[in-house]
Amino acid sequence: MNAIVTNEGLPTSEPVTQREVLLKVDNVSLSFGGVKAITDISLDIQKGEIRAIIGPNGAGKTSMLNVINGFYHPQEGTITWRGEERRKMKPYEAASQGIARTFQNVALFKGMTTLDNIMSGRSLKMKKNFFWQLLWRGPAEQEEIEHRRRVEDIIDFLEIQAIRKTPVGKLPYGLQKRVELGRALAMEPELLLLDEPMAGMNLEEKEDMSRFILDVNQEFGTTIALIEHDMGVVMDLSDRVVVLDYGKKIADGPPEEVQASQAVIDAYLGVSH
Amino acid sequence: MLYDIFVDPFVQMYQMPDFFLQVLWEGFVAGILYALIALGFVLIFKASGVFNFAQGIMVVFAGLTLVGLHENGVPAFVALGLTIVVMGVLAYGIERVVMRPLVNQPDIILLMATIGLTYFLIGFGEFIFGGEPKRMIAEELWLPTGSTAFEFGERGLVILQHIDIAAAVIAIIMVAALGIFFNKTRIGRALRAVADDHQAALSVGISLNQIWAIVWFAAGLVALATGIMWGARSDVSFALEIVAFKALPVLILGGFTSIPGAIIGGLIIGFGEKIGELYWGGLVGGGIESWLAYIIALIFLLFRPQGLFGEKIIERV
Repeated sequence: MNAIVTNEGLPTSEPVTQREVLLKVDNVSLSFGGVKAITDISLDIQKGEIRAIIGPNGAGKTSMLNVINGFYHPQEGTITWRGEERRKMKPYEAASQGIARTFQNVALFKGMTTLDNIMSGRSLKMKKNFFWQLLWRGPAEQEEIEHRRRVEDIIDFLEIQAIRKTPVGKLPYGLQKRVELGRALAMEPELLLLDEPMAGMNLEEKEDMSRFILDVNQEFGTTIALIEHDMGVVMDLSDRVVVLDYGKKIADGPPEEVQASQAVIDAYLGVSH
Repeated sequence: MLYDIFVDPFVQMYQMPDFFLQVLWEGFVAGILYALIALGFVLIFKASGVFNFAQGIMVVFAGLTLVGLHENGVPAFVALGLTIVVMGVLAYGIERVVMRPLVNQPDIILLMATIGLTYFLIGFGEFIFGGEPKRMIAEELWLPTGSTAFEFGERGLVILQHIDIAAAVIAIIMVAALGIFFNKTRIGRALRAVADDHQAALSVGISLNQIWAIVWFAAGLVALATGIMWGARSDVSFALEIVAFKALPVLILGGFTSIPGAIIGGLIIGFGEKIGELYWGGLVGGGIESWLAYIIALIFLLFRPQGLFGEKIIERV
């Protein structure tokens, strides 16, 4: 017990909005050879919020996402996940820790059906091992049916029943993005990373996607970090926004505050230096 | 001439049904064995999207290891077990040294890596076991020898080699088991996922390394079975590698990603080859067996480039 803690028994003075920090990035720098992708960035993601990462092209947003989900290993800085400093890990391990993601340029299994794609999101939840699966009948089959039910729920939620059996390569882009979201949801993640979930969508599709993101956040309590270029969407959806430019953090706070920041306006409109 | 092509062969088939049956049987056995080889290719192709050039040499390597161990005094079944272990170690080694550093690289790079692997295994195999052909230890592994003749009274007789029957049975069992495993289980789905998109597979928590090791091991087991069966029918030598490339027309017919396709393709090539050779081969002086399969495949490519059961390539532009 730490002696400095003195407010024991006293009514807590912390604001109710102060939530538990789920993921914390401290002084992270990432470079590829001589190119600095991220320079000394710190940010946190609180449990249950929708956190947006914005910035001009090449600002380091996707690199940041890749750092968070373990695809890249920063040269400097630490990442703290649920209060524990994270060691250098293999890319597939982030998934087992409860971090799911979608990709900027849709990374789906194109030859597989919508159903199989979303089922693949549950591969970590399926525990029956190799030898049971060799038998296939029995426990492994039971398990498959159980997971299939969860997947059907997700399909209902995303309103994609009509394309369950369609190979995703055949689907229009907007629907592919939706299937990708479905696959990430099938992992029942604690933290969901969305890399430009609305890129290339028309207005109607954007509205649908925004609704899904809000629903996921509110109904399942999933924490979401998203990269997005559409400012309207970002301002409507997110609780807090962090702005990157040339690999550096230039603003961090609630949407209105960030929007008014001079540094942000300069970064987006460009100024003569 | 036209009579020779379009009428005479069928008259012969009708007049000598016993001979025709014999030809069909030989075609069937060859077809099943082709299917088995093709299956080795399909496994790797499904999991990594590359045509594994090294499959042929893996057949030779497995066969040589088995025979070589036995020559050095290891009992036959112990040698079989040890060979399985060796194939496992080889799979792990390939994953570790060749595949792992190449994650997210274009398919052509992986293809080149398998070609490199082929030449490494040829040199390594010759270094350890020498280059001369060896006899497969078929009897020691309790594979049946001899033959049974079925007589049809006046109409003649059909002779079935026991080793062929055993080969067909074992091949059918292996094909069926692998087919079920890779189509119906989580690992099967993970495998297809890995083949489609490395990054996405990683993001849902599939370990590429684990899947690749499993797949190369399965391909190694298929290679071992193939090596034993082909080795028992001829010899275990580096020439078997060429036989393995008969899988190429089989795959073109059946589709590179389909296990049923490998079976059907194997049978079509097996039947086509034998019937073509024995009934039509004489017209051009014989010896068409070695290339007829490739002609069938080339013609087939014109009409159905993705194969009978292959996944149609869908590219939105």
